[in-house]
Amino acid sequence: MIDYWPLLGIALVVIGFALRFNPLLVVAVAGIVTGLLGHMGFLKVLGTLGHGFNENRYVSIIWIILPVIGLLERYGLQQRARTLIGGIRGATMGRLLIIYLGFRQILSALGLTSVAGHAQTVRPLVAPMALAAAEKQHGKLDEETIERVKAISAATDNVGLFFGEDIFLAVASILLIQGAMAGFGIQLTPFQLSVWAIPSAIAAFLIQATRLILFDRRLARRQ
Amino acid sequence: MINLHWLYVLAGAVFAGFAIGSARDETNPKRWGNAIFWLLVMLSFWFGDLIGDLGNGVLVLALVATAGTNRLSRGTSESTSLEERRRSSERYGNKLFVPALIIPFTAFVGTLLFNYTALKRLGIIDPKAVTLVLLGIGVIIAMLTCYIWLRPPPTAPIEEGSRLMNGVGWAAVLPQMLAALGTIFAAAGVGSTIGAVAGEIIPNGSIFLAVLLYALGMVVFTMIMGNAFAAFPVMAAAIGIPILIHSDGGNPAVIGAVGMLSGFCGTLMTPMAANFNIVPAALLELKNQYGVIRAQVATAIPLLIANILILYFAGFHR
Repeated sequence: MIDYWPLLGIALVVIGFALRFNPLLVVAVAGIVTGLLGHMGFLKVLGTLGHGFNENRYVSIIWIILPVIGLLERYGLQQRARTLIGGIRGATMGRLLIIYLGFRQILSALGLTSVAGHAQTVRPLVAPMALAAAEKQHGKLDEETIERVKAISAATDNVGLFFGEDIFLAVASILLIQGAMAGFGIQLTPFQLSVWAIPSAIAAFLIQATRLILFDRRLARRQ
Repeated sequence: MINLHWLYVLAGAVFAGFAIGSARDETNPKRWGNAIFWLLVMLSFWFGDLIGDLGNGVLVLALVATAGTNRLSRGTSESTSLEERRRSSERYGNKLFVPALIIPFTAFVGTLLFNYTALKRLGIIDPKAVTLVLLGIGVIIAMLTCYIWLRPPPTAPIEEGSRLMNGVGWAAVLPQMLAALGTIFAAAGVGSTIGAVAGEIIPNGSIFLAVLLYALGMVVFTMIMGNAFAAFPVMAAAIGIPILIHSDGGNPAVIGAVGMLSGFCGTLMTPMAANFNIVPAALLELKNQYGVIRAQVATAIPLLIANILILYFAGFHR
């Protein structure tokens, strides 16, 4: 007999996110409810939540980068990124992001995942460059297009990271697959696994690049 | 040995700066709420290991109470006008990119040095913390470069850092909160429940349907948990290994690798993967907090179809 009650916490998360309650509140409530339904006492739930939060502090270290990025923005970094792209003939948003996508995938495949990222490269460099290129193609951008270009810049970074990193042998997910399989007596080498990450990486590049080219065409047409 | 604790000290100091910068920003109507929020994060970094699990639990509740009752906002002042920035960008030219590129460059060179020289064996840096240590070193070098070259007012990094941090707001700790939620899900047995449910609805006989269920299971479970790592062991144990590999004779390397990558398609479509999907929306000041996800769905779905086809055609020899 399966005990379905702990799944209620998942339902709470889905509903809370859909109704756009504050996500921190949603997550905390869902966590506490799930714990209580999973037959943990309130103090035990609170302790587990606190323990999990404390153990995962490293996730929030990335924010130490903001003072540097903010300082450079004060001295005109974003404007410079725009000027640079504005001066390159034939630069389009699509071409720029396709090049970035390729670099991101190759660097991730070499294990250099933290060389780029939303705080490190997308906010200070990639997004302003993509906006400048889009402006060159299209003229002044309306607010909706600005939103879209920024969102696509972030999306391109994610696709490049996710579908590049598994080609690297020593990445956490490859080791996890190896470990999970070994638990069932199936022996695999990291190399066997990372080779099979290549077809998906190529598919990811082709799909994202196609979408970027299509977006380029739409930008040019709306002129 | 340089380990995570060194970084926690550094991060605590930076968040103390964010708290001070927020408290001083009089254009922010809720500046004290912001100051308290970053102060709590600072406490977590500095004293998290001293206050015990319950103490941390209370700290989490305090963070949630501050954010959940809408006590965070952002200032309206810009330290320099657009015109000043344009003039400054012309004055310094492309050299402005140098400090910004120091951080990725340090990560690049540092990773190579660590992996391919004797540095690893010297034991100066904890191997588990290398990436973050390199980030910290990069930030410090970049900051020193800025101070020496641009000579900003001493408090400028605090002001500018707080401006960006308050733009991100509560979303900054959401990834960490979700990781904590994962801990509770694991303790309450959510994973095994989902695995049991998936195991109940296995179709008999059709390899294609089993592949489809395995890939979709990875996607759905990843969307719920926010990352494919939690989903993979469960789906592998429920469908991947007993059905696809043992009964149907699938190639384990394909089932493992492409199964995980199917999960990554789910990561592109869920707000639970906050550091990839919600945080950048805040960081790029998007109006729609789901804007990044919206931009990714049309990549994720064709890519999932591609992964299912790879699983089916490369995973099984007929």
